[in-house]
Amino acid sequence: MIISVASGKGGTGKTTFSVLLARAVAPALYIDADVEEPNGGIFLKPDIEREEDFTELVPKIIPEKCTYCGECARACPYKALVIIPPPAKKDLFFPELCHSCGVCAYVCPEKGALIEVPRKKGVIRVGKAGDLDFMEGVLNIGEPTAVPLIKSLVKRAREYPGDVILDAPPGTSCPVVEAVGEADFVLLVAEPTPFGVHDLSLVVDMVRQLDKRFAVVVNKAQEGNTLVEDYARREGIPVLFKIPFSEEIARMYSRGELPFGRFEAQLRELHLKIKEMAG
Amino acid sequence: MSPREIVIISGKGGTGKTTITSSFVWWLHGRGEKFVIADADVDAADMHILMNPRPWKEEEFVGKSVAEIDDSLCTYCDICRQLCRFDAIYVDEDGVYRVNPFRCDGCTLCEIACPVKAISMVPQVVGKWFLSTTPFGPMVHAKLKPGAENSGNLVTMVKHQARLLAEKEGIPHIIVDGPPGIGCPVTSAISGASFVAVVAEPSFSAIHDMERAVETAEHFQVPHGILVNKAGINPENEEKIREFARRKGIPFLGQVPFTRCVVDALVEKKIAASSCPQVREALEGVFEKIMEVVNGTAQK
Repeated sequence: MIISVASGKGGTGKTTFSVLLARAVAPALYIDADVEEPNGGIFLKPDIEREEDFTELVPKIIPEKCTYCGECARACPYKALVIIPPPAKKDLFFPELCHSCGVCAYVCPEKGALIEVPRKKGVIRVGKAGDLDFMEGVLNIGEPTAVPLIKSLVKRAREYPGDVILDAPPGTSCPVVEAVGEADFVLLVAEPTPFGVHDLSLVVDMVRQLDKRFAVVVNKAQEGNTLVEDYARREGIPVLFKIPFSEEIARMYSRGELPFGRFEAQLRELHLKIKEMAG
Repeated sequence: MSPREIVIISGKGGTGKTTITSSFVWWLHGRGEKFVIADADVDAADMHILMNPRPWKEEEFVGKSVAEIDDSLCTYCDICRQLCRFDAIYVDEDGVYRVNPFRCDGCTLCEIACPVKAISMVPQVVGKWFLSTTPFGPMVHAKLKPGAENSGNLVTMVKHQARLLAEKEGIPHIIVDGPPGIGCPVTSAISGASFVAVVAEPSFSAIHDMERAVETAEHFQVPHGILVNKAGINPENEEKIREFARRKGIPFLGQVPFTRCVVDALVEKKIAASSCPQVREALEGVFEKIMEVVNGTAQK
């Protein structure tokens, strides 16, 4: 079973909640799919056993065979290729614009003039934190899209025999859709501020469109502040867990620590409840 | 003279970009400065909650095109599904070939390859952008549809509109609330900026993300500096951030204390610098430094 943890707003506590949950329900697999800014490892301190390059295919022009007809450049929807026709006969490739779609190779009329070669776009680190399996994706700086790397992580999540806690990127756009697309259940972490509730409503729209089962977790919950609960009640969304606002947790967090023991029993209960709700 | 853009980013979300940006706007307004406000965090835009913008212009934003299969022409040859690198084409329960618009990257490979021309590319409305008035000055903002692609194009549009507006009205500055992360939306937000202020909080995670944000600013050769928000939580980490700035040779702009007052102000939709004297005091120094750098850059 895959539980994805998402939030519209950044910094609401996705990673805090994900690592607490993963630690509590281990043996399981924790995946950090916030590949632009992966942080789960800071708290789980895994022993990394291997690091795999994440590559995608990009075009390479073979000058001896290329006629510089420019078909590939005209077909490229991302303007990642420029071909200067004879007599200059030059090709320019902008890897940061390339989406590895394969259009250029498909339309090239000269056999072997444009080949596709792997290009490293990030890494996937695999390891263990005690009885918890750990995986994180790290996107190279300057890469245009996180989606393929997240897709590769999600594929590994599907292949994993046990429970998976998948820590998603913030926002509501494509990378998040990818990170929650295969989830059996989605937990949305929100903080009780007008911003938190506003961004929660955006991500709720998204998971509804994806037809996912989901519930809300309140982080930095404060006595007497029911902004998130009020919203959830209006929308008929269950609120399944609360982490109280605490300066102590903030201080621990700043050191790369979290109170793992404190919520363990409650989080195991939550896990059982989610399994029931997911059917 | 072209307007100068100041962009606030952080790498990690929730470090206080919007808190700082709204305070900056409040402070500049108090000094009688003229500026355009731009919210480039189109994925989770929040500045409007504090700025109360009144839109006078609203336009749909057409993003990438997505493939559509005409079932009356489709011969079920399966070529498109096999070729698609984004796994966007699937066969539904009735055996009909369909496109998952969330996954489709708009690359046109299926359209090119379809032997019976059953596939066409259809432009998608992915969001809206607005020109608004606020008590602090004009504002450009946008709203991306949930699940849409945030390629940075809508961010570019927000910045473009802000520039047009500033040029037309002779407004010297544009204050941009940036998106989190280091991907395309951030690249679009910082490109062409006069200065990027990177907000870090003194946590390991935020420092890690700040370093990646700074590298991104370096990569795109945009002048930048660092400030610490929520200072006092971890003095050791605060020193690490200052040390990082020294090592990189970039300005350290100052630090803003962590106080309960900010949390309460946010809950009440108030601007931190206007509600919390401690924050105001700390930020004045930060903002003055930013303006010195920005105006200095312009003189060169």
